[in-house]
Amino acid sequence: MSALAAPSRVQRTERMARRRRMGSFMTVVVWCAALLSVVPLILIAAHLIIGGARVLSPTFFTALPAPPGVSGGGVANGVAGTLVLLGIASVIGMPIGLGAGLYLAEHGRTRLATIVRYLSDVLSGLPSIVVGIFAWELIVRPSGQFSALAGGFALGMIMIPLVARATEEMVRLVPVALREAALALGFTRWRSSLQIVLRTALPGIVTAALVAVARVAGETAPLLFTAFGTPFWSLRLDRPIAALPLQIYNYATSPYDDWRAQAWGGALVLIALVLVISIIARRVTRSRFGAATGGARGD
Amino acid sequence: MLPDPSRSAVQHGLVDVEQWSVWFGATAALSEVSLRITPGGVTALIGPSGCGKSTLLRSINRMNDGAAGLRHAGHIRLDGADIYAPSTDSSVLRQRVGMVFQRSNPFPKSVLDNVTYGARLNGMTDRRELEALAERSLRRAALWDEVKDRLGQSALRLSGGQQQRLCIARALANDPDVLLLDEPASALDPVATLRIEELLYDLRRDVTIVIVTHNLQQAARVSDRTAFLLAGRLIECDDTARLFTSPREPRTEAYITGRFG
Ligand SMILES: Nc1ncnc2c1ncn2[C@@H]1O[C@H](COP(=O)(O)OP(=O)(O)OP(=O)(O)O)[C@@H](O)[C@H]1O
Ligand SMILES: [Mg+2]
Repeated sequence: MSALAAPSRVQRTERMARRRRMGSFMTVVVWCAALLSVVPLILIAAHLIIGGARVLSPTFFTALPAPPGVSGGGVANGVAGTLVLLGIASVIGMPIGLGAGLYLAEHGRTRLATIVRYLSDVLSGLPSIVVGIFAWELIVRPSGQFSALAGGFALGMIMIPLVARATEEMVRLVPVALREAALALGFTRWRSSLQIVLRTALPGIVTAALVAVARVAGETAPLLFTAFGTPFWSLRLDRPIAALPLQIYNYATSPYDDWRAQAWGGALVLIALVLVISIIARRVTRSRFGAATGGARGD
Repeated sequence: MLPDPSRSAVQHGLVDVEQWSVWFGATAALSEVSLRITPGGVTALIGPSGCGKSTLLRSINRMNDGAAGLRHAGHIRLDGADIYAPSTDSSVLRQRVGMVFQRSNPFPKSVLDNVTYGARLNGMTDRRELEALAERSLRRAALWDEVKDRLGQSALRLSGGQQQRLCIARALANDPDVLLLDEPASALDPVATLRIEELLYDLRRDVTIVIVTHNLQQAARVSDRTAFLLAGRLIECDDTARLFTSPREPRTEAYITGRFG
């Protein structure tokens, strides 16, 4: 059949029918794929809630881990330790990530910026256990002991590229007209960056930073030989510190049934923690868009 | 007839453009433009799209600085001082040479904050002083009566024309010697445009005004002198009345009679 010959009426309706059949088939396929993609999430959530709810009780949040065989232990030190580690990570990761992102957005075309952007991509692609080894080499080995500082440092390293790229994107979204307005009033470049650009982009950056915190909250590998974990209550930065992911790891791989139950409980708490952070992040995002649409009017 | 600008009260704001050329990478945006903008009065820059009007205007407050591949030659002097001299601080310069853009660009802040932004940059903190400055500037921009009851509201809630006058007020709050406007009314309706034009007419007495416009009637209405640019070159600069009635250059005549551009 020549491509130039006009298709007959019959051929056309036949082709249409074939296309429709193909269309409905593909709809079913993608629908199934969509369903399958959420199945793991539902299974995990169901498992977590069923397995974790059994051990959840007020004491689970206030008690220290119990030795095997003793019932009623908790993850109080793990929750506190994770918060401490996230705090240290934020103190390291946020200012550096923020500054780097601002630099990338404002001086993005320079050679140095290209190098920094490339390296930050490499860093974000690095397996987190490698970051852990680096922290071990840099802090644990010289100081001769595992410490909260080393763990927080490792998590902070992971946060830097996440915060930097997000900051760069958010700052780039700030309209050129606003920057020019500030410059034309006599603002120096860095002042307009800090006062106008960063402030306008801030809600977006806060969101991204919280997402980064949520992301590293569940990291286990980089903590294995840095924070190390402890069954005791300790908030000292120069000593090993407990962390939820580490406790889950230890409990889940133990031979004791009540410890494995504790692992489910710990996992549930960890997920809840991440969820809370994500919800705060979404709130901040929503208030940003709310302000943008509620306050502005077109001309 | 417009009043004689030479009798104006303005003492500062003499802009001298001498053999000024600008390149962006390989493209020449301006070639050896020489132009004297005398204090007081309004100078209009006209010419077809892409002829370099904005580039020339933005050269006067160094807003082109930082553009990719920017090179320039020649001099621009403000009251005798070379604004591209290494000793010139571009942010100080921009406080003396204010700018208003084609699209109004208020900060997403209150009306009051917008007007006083430049002053707070310079360390003015006293609330009374700031409010007095805001009132003075908003009055000069003929906006006071419309916004005096909503100074705390977001500037983004104002109409397009009000936003543009707010941007003018914001620039005036720095008490500049020169005010640059790049097609300030092209996004506005005729009534809002008229208000801006009336405003410029009043302001010309105490600040040197340079305005880029695509609208030849507007140039004829608001300006004392008009400069016609074509392909990066200054073709003719003369008193507005003379340029529009008896241009010396055939290319000027062709443009103002609408034969090209
Ligand atoms: N930042 C820049 N980078 C590269 N080229 C530029 C830049 N700004 C302007 N140009 C070029 O310089 C020339 C003059 O541009 P300019 O914006 O001054 O024209 P204009 O007369 O203001 O035009 P319009 O009336 O359309 O606003 C154009 O060829 C433009 O492409
Ligand atoms: Mg222009």
